[in-house]
Amino acid sequence: MSSTAMVSTAMNSTGKTPLIDIRGLAKSFGTNKVLNGIDFHVDASQVVVVIGPSGSGKSTFLRCCNGLEIPEAGTVDICGKRLVDNGKMLPEAELNELRKHVGMVFQGFNLFPHLSVLGNVTVGPRKLLGLSRAEADKRARVLLEKVGLSHKADAMPASLSGGQKQRVAIARSLAMEPRVMLFDEPTSALDPELVGEVLQVMKLLAKEGMTMMVVTHEMGFAREVADVVVVMDGGVIVEAGDPAVVFTNPREPRTRSFLQAVLSRE
Amino acid sequence: MELDFAPVIAGAGDLARGALVTVELTAVALLLGCAIGLMVGIGRLDPKKYVVYGLCTAYVSVIRGTPLLVQLFIWFYGLPHFGITLPAFFCGAVGLGIYSGAYVSEIVRGSIQSVDRGQTEAARSMGMSAGMAMRSIVLPQAFVRMIPPLGNEFTALIKNSALVSLLTIHDVMHEGQKIISVSYRSLEVYLAVALVYFLLTGIATLVLRMIEKRLRAGGMVQ
Repeated sequence: MSSTAMVSTAMNSTGKTPLIDIRGLAKSFGTNKVLNGIDFHVDASQVVVVIGPSGSGKSTFLRCCNGLEIPEAGTVDICGKRLVDNGKMLPEAELNELRKHVGMVFQGFNLFPHLSVLGNVTVGPRKLLGLSRAEADKRARVLLEKVGLSHKADAMPASLSGGQKQRVAIARSLAMEPRVMLFDEPTSALDPELVGEVLQVMKLLAKEGMTMMVVTHEMGFAREVADVVVVMDGGVIVEAGDPAVVFTNPREPRTRSFLQAVLSRE
Repeated sequence: MELDFAPVIAGAGDLARGALVTVELTAVALLLGCAIGLMVGIGRLDPKKYVVYGLCTAYVSVIRGTPLLVQLFIWFYGLPHFGITLPAFFCGAVGLGIYSGAYVSEIVRGSIQSVDRGQTEAARSMGMSAGMAMRSIVLPQAFVRMIPPLGNEFTALIKNSALVSLLTIHDVMHEGQKIISVSYRSLEVYLAVALVYFLLTGIATLVLRMIEKRLRAGGMVQ
């Protein structure tokens, strides 16, 4: 655990208040300890990419950051609010308010199949931010343009490819104008030839200064876009730091063996 | 043996009036059943809400575990013992509605649970409250899946409504029996009554199929 604490203090030295601040996070499913004491923080405009073998707790870690999972120990602070404090969640109303600022993109897209593409992107702003239909439509069309899908505004989700669905899901999250975006394996459910178009959009967001936390198996993306790469295994952060260092000269043997396993495949 | 439909033709007006009562009765019962079914079905989603879950589960087990005829008799013949005398039509409609509600609630619960959990997660992580996520995201999708089993339930309701003839309600079954009591042409009259029920269930099935088709065409179902 001392190594993770070191990582945390090392990065606190930037002096800014972090957008996400996580301390001592622990979570079990039954007897299975999934997260085993995580300390970490994300600064504004930082792109953090979380990698690690499956079952290492990456997704659970991410899902704890918007209250989709409730950790039984530790604290999560987001945008200056304490989301969870040793198993106690923020009250419902405040949780809903906070979630408006935290965008989430899922592995399985989770588009609303009964709404058109435009409907998917406008439902949040209209129902939660009080935008009129015209205002929400305008905002949605700008975002669909950005993800390259303005021609699909009136299509139903069922008629889209996986890559298109995920780009709509990103636009849907962006429509809430979040301060931070969480990506839970956004390309893992995609056919290989569709991965690029989604990563392209994510790179664009990173370039625009969006604060992002990305769980992924895309090592190329991690190397190219991440400010910080986090390697998880067995419910702890094994190593975290500059991708150039982590990928070329990993400190921990567990990082080395994981990278060897995935990179030999590429 | 010869069939003689003359009494049926002579009594056609009475049968039509009876059919209208059957339609009115089932329409009220259907609306009541859907309202109860929706509330109870949602109430049974979360076993951790002990009180609500317990009450809803008790309702479903009692109603599904006892005969409809006994329930109707309790409403009409039983309650007066406590000084509560309700009009026959009220007893029939409410009795049928409460009975149907138990079955509708299971349809509602099953359809809601069949909607992928990711839909709720996506809605909640946007900042929607549990209620809003249910109303705007989950229920519209669950509704389409409810239609085929609801069709079964509605036809069952129309046919079950024949039992209310035993509560002195002048539905189509009751009118048929009145014609039989003066003409003794039971086979012909029951055939005619059966035809009325067959037409009513047929119309109900067609209407539901049209609704489902329209929703599917609108892309509500993948």
